[in-house]
Amino acid sequence: MSSLTWWLEVGLRIVVVFLGFMVIPLVVGQMEHKAMAHMQGRLGPMEAGGFHGWAQLVADGVKFAQKEAVVPAAADRRVFQAAPAVALIPYLLALIVIPIGPGTQVGVDLDLGLFFALAVMGIAVLGPLMAGWSSANKYSLLGALRSAAQLMAYELPMLLSAVSVAMAAGTLSLPGILGAWHWYWIPWQLVGGFVFFTAGLAELQRPPFDMPVADSEIIFGAYTEYTGLRFALFLLAEYAGIVVLCLLTTVLFLGGWHGPVADQQLGWLWTAIKTFALAFVVIWLRVSYPRLRADQLQKFAWTVLIPLALFQLALTGVVKVL
Amino acid sequence: MSHGYLSPTGLEIAFVLIGLVTLGSGLLVVTVKNLVHAALWLLVCMGSIAVEYLLLTAELLAWIQVLIYAGAIIVLFLFGLMLTRAPIGPTEELNVRHRWPALIVGLGAAGTLVTVIVQAYQHTWFDPRGAVPLGSGEALGTQLFKYWVLPFEVLSVLLLAALVGAIVLSRRGRDTEEAEA
Repeated sequence: MSSLTWWLEVGLRIVVVFLGFMVIPLVVGQMEHKAMAHMQGRLGPMEAGGFHGWAQLVADGVKFAQKEAVVPAAADRRVFQAAPAVALIPYLLALIVIPIGPGTQVGVDLDLGLFFALAVMGIAVLGPLMAGWSSANKYSLLGALRSAAQLMAYELPMLLSAVSVAMAAGTLSLPGILGAWHWYWIPWQLVGGFVFFTAGLAELQRPPFDMPVADSEIIFGAYTEYTGLRFALFLLAEYAGIVVLCLLTTVLFLGGWHGPVADQQLGWLWTAIKTFALAFVVIWLRVSYPRLRADQLQKFAWTVLIPLALFQLALTGVVKVL
Repeated sequence: MSHGYLSPTGLEIAFVLIGLVTLGSGLLVVTVKNLVHAALWLLVCMGSIAVEYLLLTAELLAWIQVLIYAGAIIVLFLFGLMLTRAPIGPTEELNVRHRWPALIVGLGAAGTLVTVIVQAYQHTWFDPRGAVPLGSGEALGTQLFKYWVLPFEVLSVLLLAALVGAIVLSRRGRDTEEAEA
């Protein structure tokens, strides 16, 4: 392959991943508006763009871009301004290594793709911490503390359950894991899938694990002081996080592009269907579960999720040896 | 390919530049007057060490560096700082009395390490393309679990002992409090 076509291909892949990163979180956000509304007997956005308010989030984006970007006088300016980028960019990086279809339908086939995705997602959690501290606001600091405590508790079960799949496949490469996948992995790795998805929800601070941003207690946690585009970036990071979590769960526990029919031709469609089904579950949980308290959160992580993850790890090991 | 200090390759230039970033951020960690800024500069330092590992084709080590040090350890630092005290602006108490002894110890340790490493590897040239398979997860796993499995297990027992010790220490305080109350 000549170097020009190589550069073209790399450029094209980056553009495609970036477009996906900008568009899919908006689709999930719109889905959240509509699904929540209908579950609560409302209609949700109906005006913007005409058909069922499809352009609502585009309009929101324009609104956010027009607002003044306020930095509080007592805030630590540079950390305050850098925090949204620290929260957002890791999810873009994680998206690069997740395969959406068979063969070369992946940004970069990294030998240690799973490790890479989890490592950069671990960086994303610094965003709310930096935001909460630099805001010089007690509510923000409380929110940052709550998110740090929560993240430390839920990082471990998430890693352990991901390790179980890597053990089953014998590789850390995400396309490699899908190459080794069989349908019976769904029941075999079911417990791990539950642990991974739940711990991921907690890492994203989505309900019922949204104590760090509990609006009735601490306004909006670490993001209280943010306005305009920076606030929009934090929101985008949340939805990009949902997309990355659902994609990773799909790839690790639901077989990714494998499907009952035509998975060689339409693999990306299967990935999309499973990912959006999981995103719907994320929204559904938000509407139907009450928020957990701090002690309940910690107890759930240490006494339920970690033992379950260790059990899954032992099960994987035993089946693998047999 | 001839090796020499006078005709560096792109990789070597990148390595030196990232090394300067590491050194600079490391110096900032110990000189800035703001505790949280120091922790954030430590993040930059850890991150650039991970990039150095990548340049040396130690891919697994690089991601572990990002996951454990840049991710978990810095979050723990920031959590600890915010839980106790982390005011915005400079902290005066950071002007510690032990600054000069600390500087001497630090310089001495760095000098020893640099001397040892330069002595050991000054004639070793490393070919990045040839070394790629050595840094992969598979190669490292094979090494670790075929030839170094005993030290690995000993280390895990040591960590387990430390873990149990931490639990015992934290529980002992609670028992006496309950007895007093």
